[in-house]
Amino acid sequence: MVEELLVTARHNPKVDPSLAIWSWEIPVYLFLGGLTAGIMCFAAYAVLARKSDEMPFTHDRFALWAPVALSIGMTALFLDLEYKLHVFRFYTSFEPASPMSWGAWILILVYPLMILQTLSTLRRGYPALAGWVEKLPLGTRALDLSENARRPVAVMVIPLAVALGVYTGVLLSAFSARPFWNTGLLGPLFLVSGLSSAGALALIGSRLDCEKHFFTRADVTLIGIELTLIAMLVINLSTGAAQQLETVNMVLGGDYTVPFWLWFVLPGLLIPIVLEIFEMRGICRFSMVASFLVLYGGFMLRYLTVEMGQVSTWTDYAVQFDPQLLLRLTH
Amino acid sequence: MINYAMVIDTTACIGCGDCVVACKNENQVPAGLNRDWVVEETRGEYPHLHTEFRSERCNHCGHATCVTNCPTGASHYWKDTNIVLVAAEKCTGCKACIAACPYDARLIMHPQGYIDKCTFCHHRVDQGMDPACVSACPTGCMYFGILNDPDSQVSRLLRTRRHKTLLPETGNIPNVYYLV
Repeated sequence: MVEELLVTARHNPKVDPSLAIWSWEIPVYLFLGGLTAGIMCFAAYAVLARKSDEMPFTHDRFALWAPVALSIGMTALFLDLEYKLHVFRFYTSFEPASPMSWGAWILILVYPLMILQTLSTLRRGYPALAGWVEKLPLGTRALDLSENARRPVAVMVIPLAVALGVYTGVLLSAFSARPFWNTGLLGPLFLVSGLSSAGALALIGSRLDCEKHFFTRADVTLIGIELTLIAMLVINLSTGAAQQLETVNMVLGGDYTVPFWLWFVLPGLLIPIVLEIFEMRGICRFSMVASFLVLYGGFMLRYLTVEMGQVSTWTDYAVQFDPQLLLRLTH
Repeated sequence: MINYAMVIDTTACIGCGDCVVACKNENQVPAGLNRDWVVEETRGEYPHLHTEFRSERCNHCGHATCVTNCPTGASHYWKDTNIVLVAAEKCTGCKACIAACPYDARLIMHPQGYIDKCTFCHHRVDQGMDPACVSACPTGCMYFGILNDPDSQVSRLLRTRRHKTLLPETGNIPNVYYLV
């Protein structure tokens, strides 16, 4: 039997004993980025499907929350930078092999469309805000332009929003050095989670029963897909190589088992899907509770993924060090 | 392209840590941070044990995932070589390169906020000298040279001695070799 004992003299902060470079800022950004993608998709769908009567909130009031969410997320991202003065460097080059560079440029494309999408809803959704915009130079013209281009903008918004939602997952899955992240399932998982979170937010904001019903059904479907993707992620990792097996053990009996299943999957996915199925069948009305739980679950998914990815590594000296060996030597 | 490599004879290394001190002195690495480090690995079961000392650092990979993941081009190859450097003036401190390194060889240089790592002492290499760690090694167990020159000492050592690299399965093509 071969045993291994490793001792190292490396103690770099935030790198040893395991990576801790990304704290709350990155999960907040990833969550709000996904939420933004979802909001933009649903708002564009309501316009393209001409749902102004059945879905008034989504059609005329929902789009405003996309720039709000994304701006808060971008602020969190900015706070995470160690060298904040160099933030402009993201836009002095395009690095095709770097998902983060793609993300920076996707955001540049998303922002103007998102602003146009929001402006087109102001007169009907937020008249007071529209009045304020009209007082600005070119404000009236901007509102007119956005309203006239509402459908073409909606058509362009959907692929860009999907790219934004997928990118939040690809950003992590591109790191081959972190076995927990290095799976192609993170992109679709984060996209579906973003759509589901946006559906939950719309459920909180909508007043009409038919609109609520649409989002309850949408959320049940999306949470179902999310649960399937999480199952596939666990299967994918548990049938992988040694470092992937080590990483999946974190949620199958290891340190992250309780946070993952009891703090995320149960309250963030299972309970809300049950509540929403009850709601659909008219058994009870818990849509508000379910919505907040879905939003909580969306954040927890990013938080735990960022955390577990950093802990998972190819060279984990702390894990390989077995104190039992020392005990054995003394007996 | 010039492919620089470091070869470390683990059978001659005594784990004294002079390479770490030399690096800190040469590169003014702040207290509490290390660009290189020494690993002591013991295998076997008592009394049949085998200990290996390894001086580790950035592997200046041929396919460096820290370079491909850098969103601003701050992580780059020096001139036409495999030496991986960070251009502080382009670095945002986003830490993507730290996450991208399978060897966890990168660190945050406080208080400025840019990312720092072993440079193979490229400023010395530029003048035809060895990196500081290689020059300072008291047992002479560290070698540095050009791998694609068949007459270089590193090429000859790798031709004639059993050797390994760390985690070649990552696909990063590491350029620090260990004689075993």
